[in-house]
Amino acid sequence: MGVIQTAVQLATETTAEAGTAALTAADQKGISGAASAGYAYGLAAIGPGIGIGYLVGQAVSAMARQPEAAGMVRTTMFLGIAFTEALALIGFVVFILLKFV
Amino acid sequence: MGDAFLTRLDGPAPEAAVARDIARRAVPAAPAFVLLGLAMGGVDGGISALYALAIVVGNLVLAAALMAGAARISVALLMGAALFGFLLRLGLVFVAVMAVRDASWMHLPSLGITLIVAHLGLLFWEMRYVSLSLAHPGLKPGRRSTTVPSRQHEESIVR
Repeated sequence: MGVIQTAVQLATETTAEAGTAALTAADQKGISGAASAGYAYGLAAIGPGIGIGYLVGQAVSAMARQPEAAGMVRTTMFLGIAFTEALALIGFVVFILLKFV
Repeated sequence: MGDAFLTRLDGPAPEAAVARDIARRAVPAAPAFVLLGLAMGGVDGGISALYALAIVVGNLVLAAALMAGAARISVALLMGAALFGFLLRLGLVFVAVMAVRDASWMHLPSLGITLIVAHLGLLFWEMRYVSLSLAHPGLKPGRRSTTVPSRQHEESIVR
């Protein structure tokens, strides 16, 4: 049992060392670049998410106060959502340009 | 509080009308985006630009369909559809781009630039009509008002 444990431990250490040795500076740069692009995309989606939440909340509140203006409110709400979403799209485009170009 | 879950918005959906207008305007705008793509990345750029335009229109139409459908059920669902629809559509755009990123005809800079320019451009174009029709129902900007506003048009706004 002890022999098996030692063998497994040795194999794990050898694999880890080989993995570390295989990572060159360019690989590490690529990995950190991909991680940064991913974080940028994720962070870029937070702002529009907050914006859309606030926008829709206020629009529903406005529709509750003035149901007769619901059509106008919904039109402007839809356009507002689409404009806010453009920010997330810009984040996405920056992500694909950083990551794949 | 309970009203938010029970209140529903029946009748015509303005989101669907706006999205339909945007889709209709994308057709005459498509050659301009294809030319932009051609200038950036040749034939591949042109095809990528067309694909990006299709993504933009599909995204807006899907947003309108989700919200119009949710509003017919309840206002609370409209909020949910707007927020989770945002996440869903962002994911769909991601999948649509990732699915073809290794295709032979894909030119990512053209696709990216067209995504942003088409989205904002079509929205501004639509907003011009919506803002005017909200302020003055039945009045739409004509060809003449794009360059020099006519006196009648100015007077109608002043009134």
